[in-house]
Amino acid sequence: MNVVLIALLLLPLAGAALTLAPFGTDPEAADRRALRLGTAVTGLVLLLTIALAAGFDHGRPARMQAVTDVSWIPAVGVRLHLGVDGISLPLIVLTALLTFLCAVYSTKRLPDGPGVPSARAFVGLLLLLEVGMLATFAVLDLVLFFLAFEIVLIPMYFLIARWGSGQKVPAANRFILYTLLGSAVMLLGFLLIGSKAGTFDMTQLAAAHGHGLSHPTQVIAALCIGLGLAVKAPAWPLHSWLPDAHTSAPTVGSVLLAGVLLKMGTYGLVRVLLPIVPGGTATLAPYLGALAAVGVVYGALACLALVRPGAKGDLKRLIAFSSVGHMGFVLLGIASLTPVGVNGALFANIAHGLITGLLFFLVGALKDRYGTADLDTLAGATGAALYGRAPRIGALLAFAAVASLGLPGLAGFWGEVLAMFGAFDPAAGLSRPAFVTYMVIAGLGTLLTAAYLLLVVKRVCMGDPKQPALADVPDMRPYEAVSWTPLAALTLLAGLWPALLLGLSDPAVKHLLGGG
Amino acid sequence: MHSSVLGPHELLGQPAMTPLAVVDPGSLIQSVDWVAVAPPLIAAVAALAVLLADLFLPAGRKKALGWLTAGGLALALIALLPLARGNTRSTFCLQNVTGATDNAPCSYVADHFALVFQLLALGGALITALISIHTVDEEELPGGEYWFLLLSSATGAALLPAARDLATLIIALEVVSLPAFALVALRRDGRGAEAALKFFLSSVTATAVMLLGVSFVYAATGSLHLTAIADGLTHLPAQLKPLAEAGAALTLVGFAFKVAAVPFHFWLPDTYTGSPIPIAGYLSVVSKAAGLAGLALVTTIAFHQYGHTWGLALGVLAALTMTVGNVAALRQRADTRHSAVRLLAWSSVSQAGYLLVPLAAAGATRATAPIGATVAYALIYGVVNLGAFAVVSAVARTAPAARLDDFRGLFARRRWTALALAFFLLCLAGLPPGVIGLFGKVVVFRAAVDAGLGWLAVIMAANVVIALYYYLTWTAKLFAPAEAAGLEQRRTPAGLTATLALTASVAVVLSVAPQLVLQVVSGTLF
Repeated sequence: MNVVLIALLLLPLAGAALTLAPFGTDPEAADRRALRLGTAVTGLVLLLTIALAAGFDHGRPARMQAVTDVSWIPAVGVRLHLGVDGISLPLIVLTALLTFLCAVYSTKRLPDGPGVPSARAFVGLLLLLEVGMLATFAVLDLVLFFLAFEIVLIPMYFLIARWGSGQKVPAANRFILYTLLGSAVMLLGFLLIGSKAGTFDMTQLAAAHGHGLSHPTQVIAALCIGLGLAVKAPAWPLHSWLPDAHTSAPTVGSVLLAGVLLKMGTYGLVRVLLPIVPGGTATLAPYLGALAAVGVVYGALACLALVRPGAKGDLKRLIAFSSVGHMGFVLLGIASLTPVGVNGALFANIAHGLITGLLFFLVGALKDRYGTADLDTLAGATGAALYGRAPRIGALLAFAAVASLGLPGLAGFWGEVLAMFGAFDPAAGLSRPAFVTYMVIAGLGTLLTAAYLLLVVKRVCMGDPKQPALADVPDMRPYEAVSWTPLAALTLLAGLWPALLLGLSDPAVKHLLGGG
Repeated sequence: MHSSVLGPHELLGQPAMTPLAVVDPGSLIQSVDWVAVAPPLIAAVAALAVLLADLFLPAGRKKALGWLTAGGLALALIALLPLARGNTRSTFCLQNVTGATDNAPCSYVADHFALVFQLLALGGALITALISIHTVDEEELPGGEYWFLLLSSATGAALLPAARDLATLIIALEVVSLPAFALVALRRDGRGAEAALKFFLSSVTATAVMLLGVSFVYAATGSLHLTAIADGLTHLPAQLKPLAEAGAALTLVGFAFKVAAVPFHFWLPDTYTGSPIPIAGYLSVVSKAAGLAGLALVTTIAFHQYGHTWGLALGVLAALTMTVGNVAALRQRADTRHSAVRLLAWSSVSQAGYLLVPLAAAGATRATAPIGATVAYALIYGVVNLGAFAVVSAVARTAPAARLDDFRGLFARRRWTALALAFFLLCLAGLPPGVIGLFGKVVVFRAAVDAGLGWLAVIMAANVVIALYYYLTWTAKLFAPAEAAGLEQRRTPAGLTATLALTASVAVVLSVAPQLVLQVVSGTLF
């Protein structure tokens, strides 16, 4: 088992290194080979994660499994400590799945044009990105967590800056500088904990549950770490890098950014903040909850502003803002500090990864077909009429939109409802009136979310198919179907059978919150 | 003069701390531990050998001098090996009345601190020599002088970290600096002379200030040995305190000049751009490391007593240095002449700021443990910065202006060179895949956080982000689509290829196994 987890990290790393090897003299053949290599490696990684999930002892999801714990840098007390539990397992599977789907999608649809680098570089960066993403969810040492957190920056920077569109370089710079500032502050928090507690080991620190750390230390550490993770999540008002990054990023970049990178922030909150500095977290939780509630409404209002006719709203930008709202629910669930809320947050994490991943794929496909993601251009006078012109894409977009607004029976529902339940009855010591207020505000946010998503469906899917079209819109192609259907199917599965995920996360969450 | 011979304590009616007369004059001839002094000695002998060989070698064979220099430095590095194994060796110790040297202060101590800095000085000089081999040839620099001066300066840099009295320290520091002025001036295009003059004047000022400080300290404590000064400062008569404090401050100012800490940094960018590129790399690593080693020795051993004061001063200096260096680097335009070297010059100013952080932490905690972070960071910085200078030197062969824009599309032209530079720059920025750069920053941050210097850590965090911007802009340029097709392709000379391979593989190996270098953080240094 632990070999599987190690292979999970080494395999994409080796694949990334392999892209530096000569791939033949003919550039086109070399590119094809590289893309095939990317698909093979990410596919193999996905198979390994499935093996990991199959071998996982589902009876005891609170226990760390597939554990490797060897010394790496004794001078600094950093250990190569890896393991998975019920919280990280779904995220690891989600990461492997999304990366594989992105690799499949890229074999047919890689942005090209003058100045775009070779596909080899793309595959190398994608695999390096996968290493960082998987490592974030698999490591159990604070310094390693920081390292994994940083590994994703350079590949994502280049994916946006070189394969993106529009104002791509400023957007990429903003992304990396913002995130680095956050993670540098986060590192200070980690070092403070390490200095006071004498270890960077997450399991030991979680077992101590804050014992040995004074309250002021906990508050300062929680503030530093929380800031870094809130930039990544992103929490309002630290989200301003996100819309630009998404608007400029290529489809694959957007999918992984929304589907996985944002989760690294919320995962860190659950894995580090809740169990390791519980006292500090409890002090800061009301503020986090308030930011989360504002984020929900802010995201929805921004989307409503973008969806208005004549607003020149970019569809990718809109989905980016909707992510701010959805991550607001996740943060609210975490801020409630209750098992219900945190379970909801983790569920919403996965659901958002599936649904928003699907939405970004769809919008990326539209952008490819129309050459723009500008809503006004797409919709024309009456609406883009995808139902008539490209019924499969239209139907899938409508499906993803209603899943995103939280229709019961689909994945988006459970997480947000549980997060609000958590806020309705927050942990002892937290102000109940405040959290009930947050819940009400978030509830208002769900209404606004429904409003803008339905407006998007109206403007993109409906309309008069006879009106002169901007471009020829071919319906879903086979490679698109291959990369999208798993996401749609899982959205449905998670919606109908939430126990699949909650059964895994619940014992682990109780373990982390209780410290037992 | 009279009082300084007798020592001030005589005048104050206190007993002398150091014996002035020895019972048996014959015992003054003490045995020298040749193994301990071997590393600087070999470098010095090599310097003389090169100077002599230059006289007898025919003009066509002068290239051999470069390899002779590299060989001498490699030999000096090998001489470190037996020292690393055994116990700390010391030599040139004071003797007490019976002629024994137990617990007496020594002038030369080959402890771990000294060995690690000697590794950095000699290794850095070796890499510089490898980069220089083609520079000397192509820029038609006078071979014999160049190699002699480089070896002399390296001798000083190797001697300095082992020096344990102020006289030896200052002499070593001058042995580092004086040949460096001449090295800077060797470029015969006018710029070199101006650069050297600027460097010379500021350095001489620094030395003068430092000598004044040292004389104050000697006057107050009656000794030049660092441990004896520390002793003397603990029971100092009240009326001598201002003198000692002023002396300590002036001595630190002198070292701050050598490290090029802000506000004593103004000579640096012009000096770097005016000197041959390998020498700029040498100044940024070896000369800076020498200043840093001296600073660490003087502060943590001699002025241990004033830890809180100089700790705070160094903290402020570190914050200023990194901020000014980074902001200036940020303002470099990519299309001006020598912008690549200028950027590396300013980046080296900011890196000096990071290097000072653990020293500030050492002052705040009045412990020597944080120094390990400076040592580790200096080693990492030395490898990757010299690597970056090697790449600049390689690119400057086809694009002599060495503008940042000349690096555009380097990946398309020279794949591995570009990848190496990208790796070095990311190491300097401290972002994966430059893992070792990241851990270098982590240990520096850790030293600051452990010492309770939260404000300094936060300033440094902001600076790391600023620095990332210019390192990343440069890195992105390497992979940009190539535009300049006019640049001719030339084969990279063997020395440069060897340097690039060496520095890049060391950086990669350290990234996989950071313990190799970070062990100095947890080990005992003194």
